Amino acid sequence: MLLVPCPNCGPRNASDMSYGGEPHSRPDPNTASPEQWRTYLYLRDNESGWITEKWYCSSGCRKHFKLERHTLTGELRNPPLPGNKTGGHK
Amino acid sequence: MGKHKSPARYSAAGLAWRGLRNKSWPRVWREPELKSAYDVVVIGGGIHGLATAYYLASNHAITNVAVVDKAYLGSGGSGRNTAIVRSNYLTPEGVAFYDRSLDLYNTMSTDLNINVMFSERGHMTLAHTDSALRTMNWRAEVNKLQGIDSSVIAPDEIKKLSPSLDTSPNTRYPILGALYHPPGGTIRHDAVVWGYARAADAYGVDLHQKTEVLDILCEGGAGPNGKGAGGKVTGVRTNRGDIHAPVVVNCTAGWASTIASMAGVRLPITTHPLQAAVTEPVKTFLPTVIVSGSLHVYVSQTDRGELVFGASVDPVANYDMKGTLEFTEELAGHVLELMPGLSKMRLMRQWAGLCDMTPDYSPVMGPTPVDGFLVDVGWGTYGFKAGPVSGEQMAACIAHESMPDLIAPFVLSRFTDGTLVGEKGAAAVGH
Repeated sequence: MLLVPCPNCGPRNASDMSYGGEPHSRPDPNTASPEQWRTYLYLRDNESGWITEKWYCSSGCRKHFKLERHTLTGELRNPPLPGNKTGGHK
Repeated sequence: MGKHKSPARYSAAGLAWRGLRNKSWPRVWREPELKSAYDVVVIGGGIHGLATAYYLASNHAITNVAVVDKAYLGSGGSGRNTAIVRSNYLTPEGVAFYDRSLDLYNTMSTDLNINVMFSERGHMTLAHTDSALRTMNWRAEVNKLQGIDSSVIAPDEIKKLSPSLDTSPNTRYPILGALYHPPGGTIRHDAVVWGYARAADAYGVDLHQKTEVLDILCEGGAGPNGKGAGGKVTGVRTNRGDIHAPVVVNCTAGWASTIASMAGVRLPITTHPLQAAVTEPVKTFLPTVIVSGSLHVYVSQTDRGELVFGASVDPVANYDMKGTLEFTEELAGHVLELMPGLSKMRLMRQWAGLCDMTPDYSPVMGPTPVDGFLVDVGWGTYGFKAGPVSGEQMAACIAHESMPDLIAPFVLSRFTDGTLVGEKGAAAVGH
């Protein structure tokens, strides 16, 4: 099983976590056109290779963080560190 | 239109004649040289790509077609699925579409002169909760309105049809009922690939294996190198050289987003592996296809006696097709819930295939913002059963340059228009 390095809890089984997929910056709902909004909702890069994705330590410390993972080889790089401000959820 | 060359017909008489005279069979399809230009290039040599090429040639007399695949024909989802066909979907659009596919599968053995071993054994989707039973009733009514043989049956009838199922109320997830769909069944998926490949080749379609698409050539688009919205496609770059073509069709699964991004098109797809497994062969005991959404498993017995199990997609997006132990453990647990008598069965193999999941569990077909670049992608967990109708309709779409009614609901622009076709309740076991 994929071991996900939580910045607080250390490596934990992926089944302990909630998977969030590709991060997106949300357009302003007050000004976004329906097309911009639906692009945000549905369209994905879905890259084969290195991606940055969101994880949520749902059965542990409940921290949201980002992780760099290779979708073909399963390698991880730059694991988030405790207190890492850049690993926050947007 | 006429056939390019007539392939050696498969028949009992032919088998006897060749056997007695010790004559070998000719090659099933050619290995042609890569031409520098085609009218249509189909990317992906699976059932969808080959069917598209075949129907372009047979229904529309467009034979200057190349099918390119980076590996061998049928090496992707076409050879990895669990070979189940059915048409008992949830939306009227889905039902009409998948029912046409079942019609084409019904006559495929004679149409393509290859035995696809269609076993019309019936398909049962079990309900373990009140809400699942409600969805089954809903599906049954939608199906009946469209003339599909589909009804909800009670546990005693389920027991009669499949005695090995534990239908007692003393299980963790008691079986409350099932959606029974007699026309559903299984088909030998490799034979479908080979049948379409052989028939397309006979019409003069060039099948190029080990030909990987490295880039899609575009002009006039808003993005870099003329790619992206507003542009048009001029050809593809492969590891064997460039091919010029005014029409390029993306019929890949697993690499749909990668190929589309080469033309500057983003798709509403995330790719997840789906794992499957097969047991040792035993005497046939399971007459129908059994699906359980709550237990995330479906099972059928092959003609050789092996049990084929499939599951829901893995929760994490991935292109990795390695099998995992937690899948096997979960699968075994769930299968034993349904059929406790199988506790001594041994698994022989497990494997994974890539599923391109869309937000509404319906495919993405037809034109894209790049002129001449068409897609037949997003086939999630239901690509095999839709192969023939997708090929037929995509061919019509290319030949007439307009979307046929049957696939018009599945157009890419539905995601920006907000007209989704929600099939989650009938298309997947993982919900």
